Amino acid sequence: MNGFGTRGAVMLTAAVSLALGLTVLGVPAGALAQDAAMGVDDGTRITMWSRAATQARADALVKAYNATHKNQIDVTFVPTDDYQTKVGAAAAAGGLPDLFSADVVFMPNWTSAGLFTDITDRIESLPFKDNIAQAAIDVSTWDGKKYGLPFIVDLSVWMYNKKLFRDAGLDPDKPPATFGEFVAAARAVGKLGGGVAGTFFGGNCGGCNVFTWWPISWADGQPVMNPEGTESNLNSDTMKQIYAGFREMVADGTVLMPDSETEAGPTWTGYFPRGVIGIMPMPASLQGMANAALADEDIGVTSIKGIKGGESTFVGGDAIGISRDSKVPDAAWNFMAWLVGDEAQVEVVAKGGNVVARPDLAANKYSSADPRLVTFNTIAGKGQTPFAKNFGATYNDPQGPWIPLFRDAVFGDPSRIDAHNDAINESLNP
Amino acid sequence: MSAPERTASWQLGWWRTRQLLGVAYAVPTIVFVAVFFVAPLALVIRMSLNSWPLLTGDQGLNFPKNYVSITTNRLFTPAVVFTIEYTLLVTVLLIGLGLVLALLVQGSGKWVGMLRTVFLLPVALGLASASLLFWGFYSPSIGPISPILEGLGLIDQPISFLRTPLSALLSTTFLIVWKYAGLYMLILLVGLQAIPDEVYEAGALDGASRGQIFRHITLPLLRPSLALALILCVTGSLLAFDQFYILTKGGPDNRTVTVVQLIYREAFQRQNLGTAAAVSIIVLAALLVVNAFQFRALRDPERA
Repeated sequence: MNGFGTRGAVMLTAAVSLALGLTVLGVPAGALAQDAAMGVDDGTRITMWSRAATQARADALVKAYNATHKNQIDVTFVPTDDYQTKVGAAAAAGGLPDLFSADVVFMPNWTSAGLFTDITDRIESLPFKDNIAQAAIDVSTWDGKKYGLPFIVDLSVWMYNKKLFRDAGLDPDKPPATFGEFVAAARAVGKLGGGVAGTFFGGNCGGCNVFTWWPISWADGQPVMNPEGTESNLNSDTMKQIYAGFREMVADGTVLMPDSETEAGPTWTGYFPRGVIGIMPMPASLQGMANAALADEDIGVTSIKGIKGGESTFVGGDAIGISRDSKVPDAAWNFMAWLVGDEAQVEVVAKGGNVVARPDLAANKYSSADPRLVTFNTIAGKGQTPFAKNFGATYNDPQGPWIPLFRDAVFGDPSRIDAHNDAINESLNP
Repeated sequence: MSAPERTASWQLGWWRTRQLLGVAYAVPTIVFVAVFFVAPLALVIRMSLNSWPLLTGDQGLNFPKNYVSITTNRLFTPAVVFTIEYTLLVTVLLIGLGLVLALLVQGSGKWVGMLRTVFLLPVALGLASASLLFWGFYSPSIGPISPILEGLGLIDQPISFLRTPLSALLSTTFLIVWKYAGLYMLILLVGLQAIPDEVYEAGALDGASRGQIFRHITLPLLRPSLALALILCVTGSLLAFDQFYILTKGGPDNRTVTVVQLIYREAFQRQNLGTAAAVSIIVLAALLVVNAFQFRALRDPERA
């Protein structure tokens, strides 16, 4: 009893003196101006939705915000496949949460339908507005109005297993510099046998191959769509060479089969950590990667290369915005402004081994400790985010026209690629 | 003042009260049907006649565009054909197996109680949960079936349950049969037990064989239960969604897309409630025809 009383008194005294100190010192004028830019932190309860695919990283950010702010965010994680449905249904019923994030590729569809509140002026008032990763803001811009900020930055990279590289007689410190070398390395590892395969891909998963194959074409300077997202180049000679490369690897047993042919998305990142794949594209995150079957020092990382060389990446992940239905936009903005600030980016995002949404903070005390994180942060600036209003229905829909294109190109009849590309163009312009 | 007058007014009042009472009894049902069936149906019909994007709402009349665009959609005919194939396959298996199981457990042997419970247990599981469970079993990445069979030396190559259209259909059908055979066993068991023993005894006295008894006594007297089972099974299978959405996502190569998946895709992937409503109306009309036909065919000939 006594002990508690004493401790309580000490804490009370400390709190009072802290409050007095602040009052006496006064708040600097600059901080006041920044407060206006930072929104309101007055103990508001804010509702938020996010997709399950990026749950670990999103949850770390929300927990850090709740621990340091009076505002409290109630976040709901929705299964990734159902996220578009849930947001669509809520939008139709006027029941969107205060904040919701979106896979960057879905942003044009939702901004064009007016699901978000215009935050152009709020972004303008941020002192570090010019240092925020532009890709997520660009994809969240519709008719010149800005609706979103980067929430999670997700890049595609090639990861390779250094142990398997050594076993196959390859130099583990010399990752492939072209797509041809990727195929050669995978083939060498695939010959090891014993349950080990050269490479793996989601052969029934539209989103997976958008994320991992398109950068090969970008690295060669060949766009996959026009900038307006109304015309597809997925039948370009470059893309046809990429499909052919995977087709050959399927034929000669380099690709893990039949798993690759049936993988529809849910488990595609689960194969590499098992230590049975030589080299494959993966999301750029080391979080939870190392395990008994794959030592941390055996995880090699390099950027995705083109057929002629060059490098690129898919700058994906989630953007976040304030919904048009929110009654507390000022409080919701407080989270968004904090999110792209120095503290959240360094102490939460970089500390967790992830790519920061502020290129000016790419070199920080956490990233410099691991050269692989420096690689992630460096290639972030060299990638692209594709833009199309009908992205989801064209590329992510399991019944959309993109999956038949690459399945025919890799497993079926490649002469149908051009016909499938026409179907994609039709889907981009309904 | 006079008695006849009072009787007349009393009779009128009684008549009114009785009618009012009848209406009062019917009101809850009327309200339920109006709110939960008629109103949504009217809304779906309106949606199917109008341009109605999911995110922006009603954009005005565009009939018959929704119906034309959905019936000319490349997935429409294959989805209709596949749904009918699946319905035939599942109905034959479920009713057949349900009948066999019911005959197996209709007596009062030592193990009958336990068997009934075992067969009925999967019915208690939700269809989505069961589909997820089987998705795990079938997954080449995390599924335990292939490693176990390989360990036992029964197979050399892992089995790909969902790789080809046929294996995907059969794997999904297996899940449905496992899940629902117990339900149809129960429905048919109730019918079997309602058949009086005297009829069987009379048949046995007349020297009928087991096959004759089954064909000429059991089956005809089971008609009402069979009709119920058939209508439930056909309607349920024509509306199949969860199992394919979770297990196959309509793949491989769009070969396991059902009609309800088409509705879902139109509404939520292509964000067009108008065409989704148009398919719903077509499905509703088809179900009405199928059910009317079934009622007719299975009506008790003596009572008709």
